[in-house]
Amino acid sequence: MPTASAPPKRRPPGLIQGLRSGDTFAHVLTLLCAASILLVTVALVQQLYVNSTGALHKFGFRFLTGRTWDPVSGDFGALPFVYGTLVTSALALLVAVPLGVGAAIFLSELAPPRISNAMTFVIELLAAVPSVIYGLLGMFILVPFLRQYGEPFLKHTLGFLPLFRGPMYGVGMLAGGLVLAIMVVPFIISLSREVLLAVPVEQREAALGLGATKWESTWQVVVPYARIGIMASVFLALARALGETMAVTMVIGNDPKINASLFAPGYSIAAVIANEFAEATGDLYIQALVELGLVLFALTIVINGLARIVIITTTQKGSAH
Amino acid sequence: MKKLSILSMILLSATFVLASLVAFHSSRSSATPIPAPDTIMLNGAGATFPYPIYSKWFSDFNKIHSGIEINYQSIGSGGGIRQLLSGTVDFGASDPPMTDEQLGHAKTKILHFPTVLGAVVPTYNIPGISQELSFTPEVLVGIYLGRITKWNDAEIAKSNNGVNLPAQDIVVVHRSDGSGTSYVWTDYLSKVSPEWQSKVGRNTSVNWPVGLGGKGNEGVTGLVKQTPGAIGYVELIYAVQNQIPYGRVRNAAGVFVKADLAGVTAAAASFAKTMPEDFRISITNAPGKAAYPIASFTYLLIPTKIEDASKRQVIKDFLTWMLNDGQKEVEALSYSRLPKEVVARELKQISQIQ
Repeated sequence: MPTASAPPKRRPPGLIQGLRSGDTFAHVLTLLCAASILLVTVALVQQLYVNSTGALHKFGFRFLTGRTWDPVSGDFGALPFVYGTLVTSALALLVAVPLGVGAAIFLSELAPPRISNAMTFVIELLAAVPSVIYGLLGMFILVPFLRQYGEPFLKHTLGFLPLFRGPMYGVGMLAGGLVLAIMVVPFIISLSREVLLAVPVEQREAALGLGATKWESTWQVVVPYARIGIMASVFLALARALGETMAVTMVIGNDPKINASLFAPGYSIAAVIANEFAEATGDLYIQALVELGLVLFALTIVINGLARIVIITTTQKGSAH
Repeated sequence: MKKLSILSMILLSATFVLASLVAFHSSRSSATPIPAPDTIMLNGAGATFPYPIYSKWFSDFNKIHSGIEINYQSIGSGGGIRQLLSGTVDFGASDPPMTDEQLGHAKTKILHFPTVLGAVVPTYNIPGISQELSFTPEVLVGIYLGRITKWNDAEIAKSNNGVNLPAQDIVVVHRSDGSGTSYVWTDYLSKVSPEWQSKVGRNTSVNWPVGLGGKGNEGVTGLVKQTPGAIGYVELIYAVQNQIPYGRVRNAAGVFVKADLAGVTAAAASFAKTMPEDFRISITNAPGKAAYPIASFTYLLIPTKIEDASKRQVIKDFLTWMLNDGQKEVEALSYSRLPKEVVARELKQISQIQ
């Protein structure tokens, strides 16, 4: 509304009404924007459900516990894919969270501003690299490295754990998790750094004033203060890891079996949908693939729900927020 | 002023609703480009394997018949069949022939026109071995069932005299994406082994007993090249164009054959007499001394009934051209051409399109 910028005291009563109706207008417009997101989500679930009803009725809950994926005989179970998705994502977070949060603390609290800015630029660049590039990186650098050095080393040192046993192909769950870790680290660093920088200076000054060292003020005051934002960055990273397709399928080995060893090949939900959908023939086969999509959607909702609960409970007994 | 705002608000939300409706609608029916007034436009979709030769054919056909445009989307055989059955394309294309169940879903009878031939070859990476290996069907089945696990297995050594095979573990590699290549490979294994047929079977993707999955021919090749002791299978064209070494396979006549374009055509020719009316036949494990045993047709799927007379004529013209002049172009792109007997029978089949 052009009239909105006029000086307030010279505004005749009609214009105030105009402003008010402008408010209504903006209100409805933004409401529509928000509603459209909800509409897309509802439509998504509805379409996934409608297009998988046959498989839903045929397999029921057996779909979630089944370990066979046999397009020839029409026997479909999602468990190996759910397992592969969860294990690779968990592995990615296990590596990426300490690395990312550590780097963010350095960049926001300890590094000289010039270095911090330059590195942040590079990190934000990394966050924008397409996933197929990470897949190629994994296939040509990480996988040969793991096969020749990484996995033999792990087998030698930690081979008493079932996690690090069996034949070493290079490709497998370990490679999948590590590629995901490399992909999500930039998100964690970039967001966590912003959150840490937003912590009020008074907090630091108060801690230092009470006789804390620089590190004590960082670790015991600044980081707890920014805790919720850091967690949010971790959940965003997790969301990306759960749904990542291309980079994972290039290094995970694509074998729908459940194996305790991280060296063994696995498969993820997003990867199998992308791989098999184009050539899938037969109604039940396609419906099973769509149902996998539904499972991934549900998995994301459950994990995000758990994340909310974690944030709420820690906030209640927490100090800062 | 207030009235104006409310009015613009209503207009805006109406546009919003309309736009979302249009978006919803167009997402359901695949968007077809608007043709120029005097062009006849045909849309097809399907198999990726013949895409290079199809796009060359369609562009060459357009050069000699200006005003005709044939669009082809290589979305995969399964997708091509689905789109044909739902009527969103004028013709489909598929590597495996349509099943009876799929044909049952069709509104009008659908004809299969073989266009070119392809083959699948075994490729491997054994440290210290530069010779060409020979594979019997039993060895390939044994390896892919996970029964043969070492390269120096007696069964492999039997057909490779003079090759010093190491005691290396075999790493099996297969395609992870659904593909016609996997279909041909598993179809062959099913034909030569009842055990494979009952345990695994044939499809664009199957429940593999062992092995790692690589995405696409390039993914399989990458894994085989990187992993010592690996064996995989790729399309002959891909192996030829990328100079990937591959092994010989023993055919049904007992001869070890190295795949080449002529050997694949010979495989199809050896089935010419027994070929069913509708061309839906697998030509793996072909009889005949020169025949390479892991080969297949790829098909164009054409409905018998085409309402639009001009489109009907274009399809008939194209098929005739493809079977005559078009066949001369295929070998330049490393595809095998159809045997004469098959071409003659396909030309007869064209008259069924009405």
